[in-house]
Amino acid sequence: MPKPESVLCPSPAGLYCPPGDFYIDPVRPVARAVITHGHSDHARSGHGSVLATAETLAIMAARYGEDFAGSTEALRYGQTVERDGVEITLVPAGHILGSAQAVVRAKGLTIVVSGDYKRRRDPTCPPFEPVPCDVFVTEATFGIPVFNFPDASDEIARLLKSVAQFPERTHLVGAYALGKAQRIICLLREAGYDKPIYVHGAMQNLNILYERFGIDLGPIEPATVEKGKKKDFAGTIVIAPPSAIDDRWSRRFADPLPAFASGWMRVRARARQRQVELPLVISDHADWSELTATLEEIRPGEVWITHGGEEALLRWCELRGQKARALSLVGYDEDEGEA
Amino acid sequence: MRAFANLLDRLAFTPQRNGKLTLLRDFMRDQPDPERGWALAALTGALSFDAAKPAFIRKAIEARMDSALFALSYDYVGDLAETVALVWPAKPGANREPELAEVVDALRTATRAEVQKLLESWLDALDPDGRWALLKLLTGGLRVGVSARLAKQALADLGGVEVSEIEEVWHGQSPPFEDLFTWLEKRSDKPTADAPGRFRPVMLAHAIEDADFAKLDAKDFAAEWKWDGIRVQAVNERGQKKLYSRTGDNIGTSFPDVIDFLNFEGVIDGELLVMRDGAVASFGDLQQRLNRKTADAKLIAKFPAAIRAYDLLLEGETDLRHLPFRERRSRLEAFVGKANSPRIDLSPLQSFSSWEELAALRTDPPEGDPRIAEGLMLKRWDSIYEAGRPKGPWFKWKRDPHLIDAVLMYAQRGHGKRSGFYSDYTFGVWREDSNGDRQLTPVGKAYFGFTDEELKQIDKFVRDNTVDRFGPVRVVKANRDFGLVFEVAFEGLQRSTRHKSGVAMRFPRINRLRWDKPAREADELSTLEKMLDPA
Repeated sequence: MPKPESVLCPSPAGLYCPPGDFYIDPVRPVARAVITHGHSDHARSGHGSVLATAETLAIMAARYGEDFAGSTEALRYGQTVERDGVEITLVPAGHILGSAQAVVRAKGLTIVVSGDYKRRRDPTCPPFEPVPCDVFVTEATFGIPVFNFPDASDEIARLLKSVAQFPERTHLVGAYALGKAQRIICLLREAGYDKPIYVHGAMQNLNILYERFGIDLGPIEPATVEKGKKKDFAGTIVIAPPSAIDDRWSRRFADPLPAFASGWMRVRARARQRQVELPLVISDHADWSELTATLEEIRPGEVWITHGGEEALLRWCELRGQKARALSLVGYDEDEGEA
Repeated sequence: MRAFANLLDRLAFTPQRNGKLTLLRDFMRDQPDPERGWALAALTGALSFDAAKPAFIRKAIEARMDSALFALSYDYVGDLAETVALVWPAKPGANREPELAEVVDALRTATRAEVQKLLESWLDALDPDGRWALLKLLTGGLRVGVSARLAKQALADLGGVEVSEIEEVWHGQSPPFEDLFTWLEKRSDKPTADAPGRFRPVMLAHAIEDADFAKLDAKDFAAEWKWDGIRVQAVNERGQKKLYSRTGDNIGTSFPDVIDFLNFEGVIDGELLVMRDGAVASFGDLQQRLNRKTADAKLIAKFPAAIRAYDLLLEGETDLRHLPFRERRSRLEAFVGKANSPRIDLSPLQSFSSWEELAALRTDPPEGDPRIAEGLMLKRWDSIYEAGRPKGPWFKWKRDPHLIDAVLMYAQRGHGKRSGFYSDYTFGVWREDSNGDRQLTPVGKAYFGFTDEELKQIDKFVRDNTVDRFGPVRVVKANRDFGLVFEVAFEGLQRSTRHKSGVAMRFPRINRLRWDKPAREADELSTLEKMLDPA
């Protein structure tokens, strides 16, 4: 059996496949890239060619313009292409719309690069599919045992209770513009909330894109205020990127109540540091129990850990006699960004 | 328990007073008796348990999880109860979630060993928020920013009455406050206010500022030393003997030696100190008696506690709080004299005719007890005894802190609000070693005194200049030519055998960051030794 590092190895630009001459989620422009999903720390512009799902390509085009790469190739989930004797298949990762795991097969070895993933239900994308493999390259954004997330629907119920309890205030929900925002909207709709939801301008394009791919978001309105009409937003839900919440932008609303939907909200000090009044523990990443359950389910020959809490996950693997190593890739958000 | 946990969670993150009031009012409106009453008791501090010691909680979790994984988790979160609440392995369907009332009942009747078993089964049954609430309740540290005053306002809102009506009856009520709720819901008459031995809210002082002196006339004020103990209210009313802390916690069981000698009828306001033959001992000695549930004869003999009285709130059955300080003081002097208790003496007044004269006294206190006082208290002769911290009648005038320049040596992640940041700093000063070289020797640790912005800067400095790690501790680059200098302020310095440098600081904090100061110009240990308190 060849060494897995001869098929895929860490490099400064990202994970590199020497026989296929391509990178997965490279952090700087390269000739050939495979992109797992559209978040900006994984999907960058300026590559020669990009292989990804049609949804991911559409997201990149919406963010960087149509000419974000020299050429593009869309792959359906489950479909396989070959690059110089290396087979690449994209299978659902359950992270956001279009997110995929990259399955790389060469020299009789199967390596799965999970990208970012979660195991919970998400109305905006198909669920994660476990693939048997020799090496499983996992993220570990929430790879510390303290991160065990509640059901997202319970968190949405807390939000709706607060809206009922404080009708004079504007509930301002910080949520990453791609993925989290649309998932929150869908969850609110599932909970029976059918009033218009107001969104920050930075989200409008992506909401339209989601609708184009068949995700129904219900009535969405821009969160713009006409002069002297501040009170109009009392009792409503406004969704905005986290950075806009503590910005001057948020002052336009009636007595805003800052909420933040993120896995980091599981730890109180994190919520307090951001001056959040209503922390909503909703994440698009796997929590500790999902990470460990996934490793138990797949039982790969070897686990490679990319970004996040690798120390704890390595320890967990050690306790189970699971072979594992940390790749220490740079350039992926471990922090507030897209979690 | 779930509703209570949700309430705590919301309260902890809601800074606005009005928001907290809404949350409290709605909770008390929606929850049944006795659940809401126990919650009210827990929030106002009327209910505190120390049924679960941190050591026990650690043991329970380490029996369930790898200790290295726990250590990583604790280091990340920075709060033991929260870490355990988050990592405790869920046992869905293990048990029914306990109600708050059940928990309280069990804690009142069960033995310690039984409580520990119960606690584990409760933790199994609860979700992370519920576990957090339970652990905070059992370790006696809810800290969600609800004062008794705020809770009373929420009760007033609930019943549509004035808050003064609540305060009037409050001390006659006890958890779970069913009479109070039936009255507020207009299902019964107003309950009685009579409660001998109750706590009277204390009067506090503002720190005086330089500009204040020009506006104040020295002859309007009495001055006395500000004793370095803890504020207490000693009560003996119709046979009820109580010793309260300034927040109204009953600490009598920790000080049986004082309780035994409350041979008066009334309420005294004073300072609890360790005193030997009428001389005050250091705060360090008093610390040996604090936070202990009981005291045995040996401890009492070694660290005898006493009260230094400075005010009289109740004389026999007569409430004196509406009288001016001058009148209360003369009654206090007669009262303490008559009681003639071996454990109560009088805080003497200092005579002075000008602020300059008083300033000189503060700078250079006479031999004896005043040398270890924290400074002076100024009280208007005409001040009535008003609960809270009214602006104007009372001032504290602390001694200027000692200042030294020290170099940052080690840093550790903080706890609570600052977890995630390197916010606990060990700093050192220069000392000559046996080769004649200057080496840094650690002299203290500080956790505060800097702004959030400065914290971020220091945190970055620590991360950028880490040269080694021991577990959670980072060793920061510090030598003659490189290092971050802190101006450290502290109140006093004592000899210590526990510290390598031989000195221990009292109340050290970062006064200023001296980015501009070269490390080699930080202070020498010999400078510190000259600041030692008189033994």
